[in-house]
Amino acid sequence: MVHQVLFIVFGLICVAGAVNLLVQRHPINSALSLVVVMASLALIYLLLGAEFVAAIQVIVYAGAIMVLFVFVIMLLNAGSEERSSGSRIALLLGVPGVLVLGCLIGWIMINNNKQLGGVSIAATDFGETHPIARLLFRDFLLPFEITSILILIAIMGAVVLGKREG
Amino acid sequence: MVPLSWYLVLSAILFCLGVFGFLLKRNIITIFMSIELMLNAVNLSFIAFANYWNAHAGQRLASGREIVGLSGHVFVFFVMVVAAAEAAVGLAIIIAVFRTRETLNVDRVNLLKL
Amino acid sequence: MDIKTFIIVAVIKIVLVVFIMLTGVAYTTLLERKLVARIQNRWGPTRVGPFGLLQPLADGVKFILKEDLVPDNVHKFLYILSPMLALAMSLIAFAIIPFGDSVTVRGMTIPLQITGWGGASGNSDINIGLLIILGATSIGVYGIALAGWSSNSKYSLLGSLRASAQMISYELALGLSLVGILLLSGSMSLREIVKQQSNTWMIGGFNTHLPHWYIFPQFIAFFIYLMAAYAETNRIPFDLPEAETELVAGYHTEYSSMKFAMFFMAEYLNMFTVGCLATLLFFGGWHGPALPFLPPLLQAILPLLYFAAKVLFFIFVYIWVRGTLPRFRYDQLMAFGWKFLLPLAIANIIVTSFIVAWRA
Repeated sequence: MVHQVLFIVFGLICVAGAVNLLVQRHPINSALSLVVVMASLALIYLLLGAEFVAAIQVIVYAGAIMVLFVFVIMLLNAGSEERSSGSRIALLLGVPGVLVLGCLIGWIMINNNKQLGGVSIAATDFGETHPIARLLFRDFLLPFEITSILILIAIMGAVVLGKREG
Repeated sequence: MVPLSWYLVLSAILFCLGVFGFLLKRNIITIFMSIELMLNAVNLSFIAFANYWNAHAGQRLASGREIVGLSGHVFVFFVMVVAAAEAAVGLAIIIAVFRTRETLNVDRVNLLKL
Repeated sequence: MDIKTFIIVAVIKIVLVVFIMLTGVAYTTLLERKLVARIQNRWGPTRVGPFGLLQPLADGVKFILKEDLVPDNVHKFLYILSPMLALAMSLIAFAIIPFGDSVTVRGMTIPLQITGWGGASGNSDINIGLLIILGATSIGVYGIALAGWSSNSKYSLLGSLRASAQMISYELALGLSLVGILLLSGSMSLREIVKQQSNTWMIGGFNTHLPHWYIFPQFIAFFIYLMAAYAETNRIPFDLPEAETELVAGYHTEYSSMKFAMFFMAEYLNMFTVGCLATLLFFGGWHGPALPFLPPLLQAILPLLYFAAKVLFFIFVYIWVRGTLPRFRYDQLMAFGWKFLLPLAIANIIVTSFIVAWRA
């Protein structure tokens, strides 16, 4: 019962934040609603037993990536969004397409409710740091090293792009 | 007991909202944030499925491979790393665009359009 | 312990901790003014009460009674939200910090930690406690960043831009400096890390009688942690976000009354968090030499006293540094963080992991 209430509350906050991201015209309001979405997602991860992922969701996503967004918005002193026509193809094909896709996924999930089973709060202590670390540094060692190179390249790219020409 | 499908439907809703933002918003930073929203939605389904597979951990698939419940969490970790790299490069590009064109509206960054 | 007692006990603990911390903050301001005054050969506040001891009370009354100005053309929602965010995030960290082992009241073992619980298998707390504190501090950046942006003033904006850049940069060094401790202890639970520091260091069967504090193997990490923490809390010598000579008051230029007081309290609470974390991770938490000649009541609260003394020592160092060092230049600050602290932290991790692997 408590589990369901918590899920519904945080799920609603998530969806409300995401809708607010679309409705707001000023980028800083959108960025803050995205922070709300990420924070409540972290709590939903806790409900799913992923405590380590929940913590790094808050630290990396909400605390580092989104701060970077807010920082850039402040740096560029971006004003409210201008209203312009936009792409007509995106409007005519994209929006109905996404609506259909969303309904389809939802319908499939609801129909396969039985096979998927449920999440009980008692069995949610498996996402601890130790097993994840073991998996990361043994089975997924190569991808891990590759992502470190990816990050190095990204840092260099950001430095080169951010440098003033001249 | 919360059905797993609820989590997945929530993930689908968030993903669709992200796509809507990507299609409808005109500010390049907001578009970028919509992409982050989509990544987050995918992360949610990874975590939900990790919980599902964890119930079957230790068993073997038809192909003989052992099920590891936590791989979903590791994937989320990788997605976050990639998202961080993407944010760094993407925001650098946004700053470069703003320097040359003085605008964040994607409709005004259209020199390559016929 | 069933869930109902747990919640009641937790509420009592929260009220106690918040009360003690806020009083501590009030008196830290007095301590700071007194100490800085003595360093500068002055007296500091002496008029209100004996030795100026009632000065924090007078300051508090003044903060409450001042007119609460909201300037024109501010982003009102964010302007009001950001001081609350800063204060709330600095208070959240105290939910995780263990202040002592536990007390037994009516046969119930109550750990001296808000999120700790006592059980048959001993006291335990959150597995990822350290990460939660890091998360709370990283969310606290929003309070400062948004305060500057929403005030719609150039000084505030510059201050908050500086603050967020500085905090993002030094968070890396701060996080990496703690990895050495995590490698040695193999746990992120603060209670567990403190428990491991209760013995003395043994070198090849020889008892050195040095306490098993992680400061000894990790003194480089401690140095990095202290530097990065000073930058995280925006204190001298890294107080560029509120550099009075350049930016009026930085991000809280446009704030008055209780909203200003909230930023102030947040800054001092962050100092407390830094002191508590340094105590828990490097200085053995509440462990200290046993003093068997004391009366039993003092014996019982001795761990708490050790903990408080160690935290107060760090507060004192903060104030001492403030009275001694000048402010960095901005490029020096960034170069120090990225080109010195970060490589040093990574080197520390590499050496520590080699040692841990060699011992295993």
